[in-house]
Amino acid sequence: MAAIRADNHRLRLAVRYLVLILIAAIFIFPLMFMVMSSFKPSDQLLSDTSSLRAFLPVGDLSLHNYMGAFERAPVGLFVVNSIFVTSTTVLLSLLVCSLAGFSFVFLQWRGRDVMLSIVLATLIVPFETIAIPLLLEVSKLPWLGLSGLEWGWLDSYRVQIIPWIADGLTIFLFVQYFKGLPEELIEAARVEGASWLQIYLRVVLPLSGPVIATAAILKFLVMYNQYLWPLIVVQQEQYRPVMVGLQYFFQLSPAWGEIMAYLTLITVPVLAFYLALQRAFIASIATTGVKG
Amino acid sequence: MSMLLAICNLGRILTREGREMAEIKLRGLRKSYGGHEVIRGVDIDIADGEFCVFVGPSGCGKSTLLRMVAGLEDITDGTLEIGGQRVNEAQPRDRGVAMVFQNYAIFPHMSVRENMAFGLTIAHASKAEKAAKVQRAAEILQMEHLLDRRPSQLSGGQRQRVAIGRAITRNPGVFLFDEPLSNLDAALRMDMRMEIGKLHKQLGTTMIYVTHDQVEAMTLADKIIVLRDGQVMQAGAPMELYQNPVNRFVAGFLGAPSMNFLDVEIVAADNETAKVARPSMDPIVVPTRGRRFVPGARAVLGLRPQHISACAPDQGVLHGQVTLTERLGSETVVDLVMQDGKNVIAAFGEDKEFERGQRVDLIFAPEQAHLFEEES
Repeated sequence: MAAIRADNHRLRLAVRYLVLILIAAIFIFPLMFMVMSSFKPSDQLLSDTSSLRAFLPVGDLSLHNYMGAFERAPVGLFVVNSIFVTSTTVLLSLLVCSLAGFSFVFLQWRGRDVMLSIVLATLIVPFETIAIPLLLEVSKLPWLGLSGLEWGWLDSYRVQIIPWIADGLTIFLFVQYFKGLPEELIEAARVEGASWLQIYLRVVLPLSGPVIATAAILKFLVMYNQYLWPLIVVQQEQYRPVMVGLQYFFQLSPAWGEIMAYLTLITVPVLAFYLALQRAFIASIATTGVKG
Repeated sequence: MSMLLAICNLGRILTREGREMAEIKLRGLRKSYGGHEVIRGVDIDIADGEFCVFVGPSGCGKSTLLRMVAGLEDITDGTLEIGGQRVNEAQPRDRGVAMVFQNYAIFPHMSVRENMAFGLTIAHASKAEKAAKVQRAAEILQMEHLLDRRPSQLSGGQRQRVAIGRAITRNPGVFLFDEPLSNLDAALRMDMRMEIGKLHKQLGTTMIYVTHDQVEAMTLADKIIVLRDGQVMQAGAPMELYQNPVNRFVAGFLGAPSMNFLDVEIVAADNETAKVARPSMDPIVVPTRGRRFVPGARAVLGLRPQHISACAPDQGVLHGQVTLTERLGSETVVDLVMQDGKNVIAAFGEDKEFERGQRVDLIFAPEQAHLFEEES
């Protein structure tokens, strides 16, 4: 009897692992295809797609595609541009949106609930609908730089950063998380003499690790994958981010090997960032109920 | 013994460290949420160094009143004075108060030491001052060995000590306790209750303590404020309230088991006494304690279970049958049903055994009975 029960248990475990392995494979195979293809010549790459060889390091493997990618486009510049724009936006967004969330949750001010409703309503507006009005707006805005007052933000880093700092989703994440913090902690800090800024810095932020990680990863992905906005506001190569750089590989006939090499190169920062914050990200999904 | 003396000395030193006089005056205090009034004109005087307990059932406004004193709730109307200063609009940090919350409210990302020093850190106290004050508070609460632990490594009682320690380090004029023992188990609650009582003796600081537990109120307070529906029902020393409750609510709230209330008719009355009767009770003369009654009127007779005793058959004033007996060792609580179906609880100060359905005759000392107007 006990032996039958143990066999059943093993069978259930085996089925469970099989399902998990299948799901993992669905996510891993495209990545494997990309990385393996980046080492193969274009003709072999295309012929391999009809078999499992597409996912295996077999055939004529070399770094030619990588060298070709670097020759065809300033990959380093694009990666640096994207990392600069993305990390700056993420940092500023965490600061601004967490402060906004703090204000919505802990401070009492007239019109607070209406304002929060408006902020949340922006979640349902697709970016494409506001892209052109925003373009017209930023093309006329003033900027006080090192060379004095300028008009228009086009062809710059700031046009890729500033419009993306505050967004409804990030504010919503912080609002939801802050609402879950025990109110007594805030009240205890107030009675102990802390100002609102001190409460934000010393009590709320140190307890917000999970939501900061979630917001940072989501924002990082949005910013790193930016395509439409930089395409319309940046003309000069020196400010271009990685996704716009992909155009360089489709100009005559698509060089699939080089495209795969380029994609592999630009995926590395995203994977590194995700792996660094993975633990906090998973903890956050568990505690905030936010789906990534 | 020497340890106790040392603790007392420490307490005296602490109280002399620049703590300001902190008598508290509440005058016509009101609080409304929208159109709903939860505090309805409260007047209370709390002397410097007094231990004042706000007690009442859930929703009576006791916690709201405490939070108004702390500055965590706005005051809709009336005046709040602490140490002679009107503080209606003052921020919590400017009121010289420290608060201990029901859920401890200690910061989970800080060590015990950092938690206790939080107020001093905010006030930019020097490292030496912080270390000295935290050490002293830890000695008073006997928790020096816990200073480097995280709150997650502490038991409920230890966490509440940390919260109290955080309050002590700032040497505030007023300590506010919001049901601090509600989350602790019964044994720990009794220990902590005694600790808080000792702490008050040591520090001599004004303390306001909110609880719904009348035992905490009776054992800790210099003054009890009984609240109901946002109004003060009665204020005074614990035994004064116990012995001379002004109305049926206060009488029923203080004392365990609760006072028995029997509907009676006034047979005769003069300035000091009234003769009362009910179908299942022999007529008896009881003191009116300044209340006026007229013959023929309805009234309510209040009898504390501890003031009722069993007597020989047919000599009692009340006659009942036992429905339930609770033997607690040093006390026996008996629930009896009288001939007219009314239940009466008696608490005998010794272990007694009763059979279910056993007929018992009861007497009580008339001078210990309370007579209330019917609508009180």
